[in-house]
Amino acid sequence: MSSMAKAPLLEVKDLAIEVSTRRGPAKVVEHLNFMVKPGEALGVVGESGCGKSITMLGMMGLLPPGARVVDGTATLEGRDLLKLSNRELRKVRGGQVGFVFQDPMTSFNPVMTIGDQLIEPLLYHRAMSKADAWKRAGELMRLVGIPGGEKRLSDYPHQLSGGMRQRVMIAMGLACDPSLLIADEPTTALDVTIQAQILDLVKDLRARLGMAVVWITHDLALVSGLVDRIIVLYAGRIVEEADVDDLYKRPSHPYTIGLLGSLPRLHGPEGRRLASIGGTPPEPGRRPKGCAFAPRCSMKIARCETEEPQLAPLPGSTRHRAACWVAGTVSVEAAA
Amino acid sequence: MTIHQQTPEALLKIENLRKYFYVKLGAFGDKAGVVHALDRISFDIFKGETLSLVGESGCGKSTAGFTILQLHKPTEGKVLYDGADLATLSEKELRAYRRRLQIVFQDPYSTLNPRMTVGDCIAEPVRFHKLAAKKDIPARVDQLLADVGLPARFANRYPHELSGGQRQRVVIARALACEPEFLVCDEAISALDVSIQAQIINLLQDLQEKYGLTYLFIAHDLAVVRHISDRVAVMYLGRFAEIGPKDAVFNAPLHPYTKALLSAVPEPDPVGERTRQRQVLQGDVPSPLNPPSGCHFHTRCPVAMEICRSQVPAWRDVGGGRSVSCHAVPG
Repeated sequence: MSSMAKAPLLEVKDLAIEVSTRRGPAKVVEHLNFMVKPGEALGVVGESGCGKSITMLGMMGLLPPGARVVDGTATLEGRDLLKLSNRELRKVRGGQVGFVFQDPMTSFNPVMTIGDQLIEPLLYHRAMSKADAWKRAGELMRLVGIPGGEKRLSDYPHQLSGGMRQRVMIAMGLACDPSLLIADEPTTALDVTIQAQILDLVKDLRARLGMAVVWITHDLALVSGLVDRIIVLYAGRIVEEADVDDLYKRPSHPYTIGLLGSLPRLHGPEGRRLASIGGTPPEPGRRPKGCAFAPRCSMKIARCETEEPQLAPLPGSTRHRAACWVAGTVSVEAAA
Repeated sequence: MTIHQQTPEALLKIENLRKYFYVKLGAFGDKAGVVHALDRISFDIFKGETLSLVGESGCGKSTAGFTILQLHKPTEGKVLYDGADLATLSEKELRAYRRRLQIVFQDPYSTLNPRMTVGDCIAEPVRFHKLAAKKDIPARVDQLLADVGLPARFANRYPHELSGGQRQRVVIARALACEPEFLVCDEAISALDVSIQAQIINLLQDLQEKYGLTYLFIAHDLAVVRHISDRVAVMYLGRFAEIGPKDAVFNAPLHPYTKALLSAVPEPDPVGERTRQRQVLQGDVPSPLNPPSGCHFHTRCPVAMEICRSQVPAWRDVGGGRSVSCHAVPG
């Protein structure tokens, strides 16, 4: 939050990613612009298929076969990641940038001990001796709150619970003191009490280590207490961007309003009917003309179906932006 | 055992239900183990209500649903429905009851036959249970599709042509085709995106109103549960921690596990989240193969006492339609 004046750590400009479909190539991400400042936590929110994960994979050269970056730049600490060779990218991944993925079961090698996997980045990026790396791995285990610390290094992944495995994955992501940690739905597979543990852990680690975090999720409730700023993605484009308090206080894009309205609450008044969004998102390659959300939008005007709105600041704000012809002109209270 | 004195009529009475799974352990499967999936649970499901079962993975909530429907044979206990104990009936005798007790599963991708059209899927139970004359079946299918908010032309489509939300609507239509009284929704909305989830929740509520259905709603998302339920039961490692009217359980939880569970749920409110004092449970859920002695929750409980380690707390009625099993709850 104190990072407003600093130069961006990561700046993505005009990113476009294309996948091959049966109907030919289709853009799944287009005109994507965002930045992350040093130490900042950014939430990337959207439903399945909105392009939130593929954006991060694209930046890091991890796209699956059939998908490719076709346009844009992604500058991390002065270097465009999209122009780096595979060899150079390997130095970035796990070094400057740490990753935590959704599924802690499939992200580990089942026939290697936790310790052997945890020291890999240290041997590769830091050229540590095996003995030093093992010692550091023990420290990392304690850092992420694994009881027993280094004693658990000789365990195999199947000997740990889901929550423990996710802690080890976080330890691995943090092994080389990254300046950026990318977390892709890291708590989706976990139970709610374990999810609370992991959220607390990441908040605590960020306060202690000061790395920037990009937290990818579909859950607007989950990130509300965790991030400084949020971008909301729909059909491969950013539809709204705001500081976290502002986004929940004044959601402006009808899609964000709909997402918040469709969340049942644990506290406060209830009994209301959930404000669901009718219909489904467009498939890649079948993007409607104009605003991609228009077919599902209850506030659309004629212009929405012909002309695509660009991300623009809302009246009275520079940091709260929405890509919508009607945003800012309708009262949020009336819609929510 | 609790004696319920509420006026609502019980549709199902579950008494002392137990389900053990016998598993083989060890590298050569030479050691026997017992999973105590359900350990003597007793409760009623009232006509027309939505009762939710909540708890973390492995707590036995899905097993409860399966065992009530006799998709798992209970190890012990009774499931009383319409004058019969379902647990004692043969497969053949059960068939007459199966139509009236239906289930919707989590994954709408694997519960529809990929080689049958949507119309055939929905028509099959109508035909099997002889619920309509042959010539009336297409009209019945159209009506069921309309009930779940799908246009009649969907009858000719195959499941792969539909989105997840549309498939879940088809699964619901297929369950409705049996004209059931009771529907178990086993994580029926968990695999769907938030905006689609809200559509299906609204649909389930509309259908309940229209057809007077009774729901057993099995879920892990407490915010959804608060929205949809009349009563809530909280499970931990095969036993009930507490049961009660929704507002009571959410606003004044009795069991320490319920309190911890509610405290762990994040809310879409950044200011509140930053200042909120969370009571984070330490550790993981113990293995149901080797559950802790006494109260299963004592290893993670913030208020555990000596007695909790040795004695299983009794399942007792504390008034107001609430029951709880905890040594630390007075009364």
